[in-house]
Amino acid sequence: MYDSGKIIIGIIIFIALFTFPTWYLFTSGEAAPMPDLVYPENEDQKECVYSAEYMRASHMDLLNEWRDIVVREGKRTFTTTAGKKFEMSMTNTCLGCHSNKAQFCDQCHNYLEVNPYCWDCHVDPSQLENQ
Amino acid sequence: MNLFFSFSALVILILLAVIGVEAVKLEFLFGVIIPYVAIAFFLIGIIYKVIYWARSPVPFRITTTAGQQKSLPWIKNSKLESPNTTLGVIGRMLLEVLLFRSLFRNTKAELKKGPKLVYGSSRYLWLAALAFHWAFLIIVLRHFRYFSEPIPAFVPFLQNLDGFLQIGLPILYITNVLIVVALTYLFFRRLFDPKLKYFSLASDYFPLLLLLGIALTGILMRYFTKVDIVSVKEMAVGLFSFQPVVPEGIGVMFYLHLFLVSVLLAYFPFSKLMHFAGVFLSPTRNLANNNRMKRHVNPWNAPVRIHTYEEYEDEFRDVMKASGLPLEKE
Repeated sequence: MYDSGKIIIGIIIFIALFTFPTWYLFTSGEAAPMPDLVYPENEDQKECVYSAEYMRASHMDLLNEWRDIVVREGKRTFTTTAGKKFEMSMTNTCLGCHSNKAQFCDQCHNYLEVNPYCWDCHVDPSQLENQ
Repeated sequence: MNLFFSFSALVILILLAVIGVEAVKLEFLFGVIIPYVAIAFFLIGIIYKVIYWARSPVPFRITTTAGQQKSLPWIKNSKLESPNTTLGVIGRMLLEVLLFRSLFRNTKAELKKGPKLVYGSSRYLWLAALAFHWAFLIIVLRHFRYFSEPIPAFVPFLQNLDGFLQIGLPILYITNVLIVVALTYLFFRRLFDPKLKYFSLASDYFPLLLLLGIALTGILMRYFTKVDIVSVKEMAVGLFSFQPVVPEGIGVMFYLHLFLVSVLLAYFPFSKLMHFAGVFLSPTRNLANNNRMKRHVNPWNAPVRIHTYEEYEDEFRDVMKASGLPLEKE
């Protein structure tokens, strides 16, 4: 092998970069804490506007849709497939049940580095009470 | 034929993953075993290839330069295009690796009416290549939000930069658009130019289609079909920390994406994608143009047997002396 010094340095850099996730996981301390969501306790808050599976995957689409309907069309009532009516409002409806942002929204968002810009305008009601 | 082969290969791979996960429920095979095997192929294959290449001697500096080489002090030399120092070579390599300097010089010959042969610069290839490679790098780096815990600071930085336009929700990433546009261009470029189509092989089409498949499955997952990304991260962290877990109900689109990435990794060392390592080993790029300043000895030169005059004189001293020839040593 010619220029073995340079070749070996190159290979070591390549391996170090490619295996970054592994050695980073082992050197960064404890294993990943899984999101631990706190769900609403009250009986009348057991039912969401959609199924949990749908909400887990597509809540951002729903919120985006609600925002457009409320802001652009002025409609505020949402009827679920079961016929139940909800006000299209993140602060009142969503956060009405899921009142603790830190133990609900932030759990997954922080785990996956999602930074939704909801909070650029909306306030976290639990934060208001503390002040 | 080459295109047909590549396209059918991709379709078969997609069907394999969909049937394997949906019908046969081989989540562990597609989620754990195949990725590990693919990574092993990738790492060992690349190291093998690079060492194999490094075994070829480079007896002479191949100086395909695009600038004035260093000669007389009053002739201005081009320090980056024809470097004669290590620093200059590093500069040239950076330009090559990061900005594809030599692709920027790409020209094309076209037969216009007349008939007239016209040469011109052709920078679309360079532009699409640059767009694709940088978008791909940023997308891979963005994926570290799944691979690492805690998430490194470059991930939110790249996400904010990439989602700068704040279009839609989940926010549209500029690189997602760029990679699809660039790959589509690179693919159709081969189809619409008859000359290119003539010498395009399956190994040209297949990587492009595979990368397009990876990009599109990722985009579908993010914006349309949706998967449970908390489980995805659980699985990714499990894979990288050698404690594989297969959470329930991630969704077939994820397995398809992962399988196509695995195929890419396993195929990588055998493909033209090895230009990723090859670019660092290009003799025309990584050797200083100092042929006229330094002596470079061919490493495979056989030792030449020399018979010096002194040895010659020693051998024939008596005979030379007898016939009266002048001698350097008496």
